[in-house]
Amino acid sequence: MQFSIYRYDPDRDARPVMKDYTVKLDPADRMLLDALVRLKEQDDSLSFRRSCREGICGSDAMNINGKNGLACITKVADLPERVVLRPLPGLPVVRDLIVDMTQFFDQYHSVRPYVVNNDPPPERERLQSPADREALNGLYECILCACCSTACPSFWWNPDKFVGPAGLLQAYRFIADTRDQVTAERLDNLEDPYRLFRCHSIMNCVDVCPKDLNPTRAIGKIKEMMVRRAV
Amino acid sequence: MSVSVQVRKFDAIVVGAGGSGLRAALELARADLKVAVLSKVFPTRSHTVAAQGGIAAPLANSTEDNWHWHMYDTVKGSDYLGDQDAIEYMCRRAVEVVVELEHMGMPFDRLENGKIYQRPFGGHTQDYGSPKMAMRACAAADRTGHAMLHTLYQQNVRANTQFFVEWMALDLVRGADGEVLGVTALEMETGEVHLFQAKATLFATGGAGRIYWATTNAFINTGDGLGMAARAGIPLEDMEFWQFHPTGVAGAGVLITEGVRGEGGYLLNKDGERFMERYAPNAKDLASRDVVSRAMTTEIKEGRGCGPDADHVLLKLDHLGPDVINLRLPGIREIAIKFANADPVREPIPVVPTVHYQMGGIPANYLGQVVAPRDGNPDAVVPGFYAAGECACVSVHGANRLGTNSLLDLVVFGKASGEQMVKDIRAMPAAHPELPKDAAERSLARLARLDGAASGERVPEVSNALRRTMQAHCGVFRFPEMLTEGVAKMKAIAERAANTMIGDKSRVFNTARIEALELDNLVEVAMSTVVSAEARKESRGAQSRSDFPERDDANWMKHTLWYREGSRLEYKPVHLKPLSVESFEPKVRTY
Repeated sequence: MQFSIYRYDPDRDARPVMKDYTVKLDPADRMLLDALVRLKEQDDSLSFRRSCREGICGSDAMNINGKNGLACITKVADLPERVVLRPLPGLPVVRDLIVDMTQFFDQYHSVRPYVVNNDPPPERERLQSPADREALNGLYECILCACCSTACPSFWWNPDKFVGPAGLLQAYRFIADTRDQVTAERLDNLEDPYRLFRCHSIMNCVDVCPKDLNPTRAIGKIKEMMVRRAV
Repeated sequence: MSVSVQVRKFDAIVVGAGGSGLRAALELARADLKVAVLSKVFPTRSHTVAAQGGIAAPLANSTEDNWHWHMYDTVKGSDYLGDQDAIEYMCRRAVEVVVELEHMGMPFDRLENGKIYQRPFGGHTQDYGSPKMAMRACAAADRTGHAMLHTLYQQNVRANTQFFVEWMALDLVRGADGEVLGVTALEMETGEVHLFQAKATLFATGGAGRIYWATTNAFINTGDGLGMAARAGIPLEDMEFWQFHPTGVAGAGVLITEGVRGEGGYLLNKDGERFMERYAPNAKDLASRDVVSRAMTTEIKEGRGCGPDADHVLLKLDHLGPDVINLRLPGIREIAIKFANADPVREPIPVVPTVHYQMGGIPANYLGQVVAPRDGNPDAVVPGFYAAGECACVSVHGANRLGTNSLLDLVVFGKASGEQMVKDIRAMPAAHPELPKDAAERSLARLARLDGAASGERVPEVSNALRRTMQAHCGVFRFPEMLTEGVAKMKAIAERAANTMIGDKSRVFNTARIEALELDNLVEVAMSTVVSAEARKESRGAQSRSDFPERDDANWMKHTLWYREGSRLEYKPVHLKPLSVESFEPKVRTY
């Protein structure tokens, strides 16, 4: 299997280069991450993040032949003979396939990603109907891998001002939670030319999400709520 | 590599940002203490995120239940090696901590009446082991760990907890009297080493399933806390007890939750027989994990395995129907399609017992304080040092953990250790005690060796040899010659690990260096495991020996303590006395 991989070590390199690799896979190497682990046995300087290797921790997001995805759930059999790997676009590169995700997490934090309920907590659980709970499906499962936000042209242009699809999906996750009491403040927090409204429904986020979530739909729902409260 | 070491002072440091670390951090941050949470990975990437089936609590939302029954099941599940004071403590606090998680916003599934959805799980029964299963596992679909970890992280965002993300702790710093003063840690992005000084240091570093070849564990689960503790002279407790989860995807290792069987799935051999009926007539597929894993291994060994190599069994769940699978087990369907090429709505999933959880760890009491023998007291507190979660041995799981008790362990003992740290810090003088001059010496020497090594064996060669050795010599069934040989092999591997080299000498995000440092920790965990297993001449819970097939309470109802120095073993008594109720006396364990 052949690779062309973005390599950059600020400690050593003046500028990034694309480096070619050939790696012989074992029959047990099913996923792109398996191939990368094997490659690292050849060249231990190749740097990438990885952890759970089952698509739940969100560590190994990268740009695979031009499309963002998780290496651990991308099947080798589904890839062409030659694979081009780059770091997630739009974020500063720390080294090789590792990007600095500070801006991404800052935007996530900016939506106040936690349930706010100011009633005194009851003795037992707060009640929620199965239907109200199901409204959180497709939202809470986000793994913060950043595939979506770093595939979004609006986020590339304004990563400091536009919350981005991942952050907005979570903004809606808390608006949609019947236990949360601060919907109005949450909408105020997004009422701004950039934070929400830089989404132009390009839908790259939906296209790349490794968990099949739909940030565009969630963003549409927030926009609808904004419009409804304006009239 | 810079040799100057910056010192950073905190009231408390928490090493690890999984379920127990985040729960403790929350307690500390809410007490307005100066806290640092160090993690090798961004908090939501911690392996708690991969837990699937549920968290145990006797909420009694669907079946009658109470903490006494839960306590009985946990004691029995532990094969009477669990400490009954700690088990009582955990079971009594279960409802409180789970309700708190709900209040924090954790998206539990719901029953029609709006209460938290609960499902049955292996070994959890009603009325002290009656054939009726208790529905005790509180679930967020089959993503309970993800839902819990994200919720706990979100609460820490709210509490303004200070995180040091992608910092790897290297070594424990101890004072002249053995008190713990903090840790050294490496900032992965810059390669700098800093010394984190604290009045209270909590290890919440998780498990070490990466000592085995086939594991459900993440790459990061390398037992860093155990390695650090062992190097600093703290013993490791009950390391021979490793849980093989019955249902790892054959060939891939990825976990398939026991919740599948809780929802009504079951195991089949090549003859299409539901073989668990023979091994556990009452609980069947919901017997305890050690029991099910042994049954599966026996089926495979006796030629009733499935597939061209007869090397796995099948987990059938298509009869549950697509609605139940999509609502309650959506993550499992995703995993099976991706890793087993099998859509469980139509076909069974090929599974094998796969290493999943370490019951042993750093000895701690139920307040989260690390304990070690001193002056005749087997449980003397090590001042300044705390441990919670999978890295700790409290011991609530004894020789075998029940499913869903691990997430409960994380929040109960995360919270308890946080509370204890707050109390202890407030009782201490304002100034930090002085650090020894050579506080960072061990870490700097380890790094200098790696930087200076121009030749030597590559790290993956050694770590792969370690994993293969543990897999072959210390598995579901254990054999005396294999164990003896395993000890010898591990000694050779430990020497090889001390002579590795890395090609990458960069300061910036040097993952080859990280893997080399992790190997040091894997070696301590693997060595303690095989040495402790070889010495324990009985079968109990997850330790099953061909030459000693029975449990031997007269001689072996005791905890193992392994010391790194000389690979020496000691033993200490099990706490048979609970806090407020009568002891559960050992009985023959059947399901």
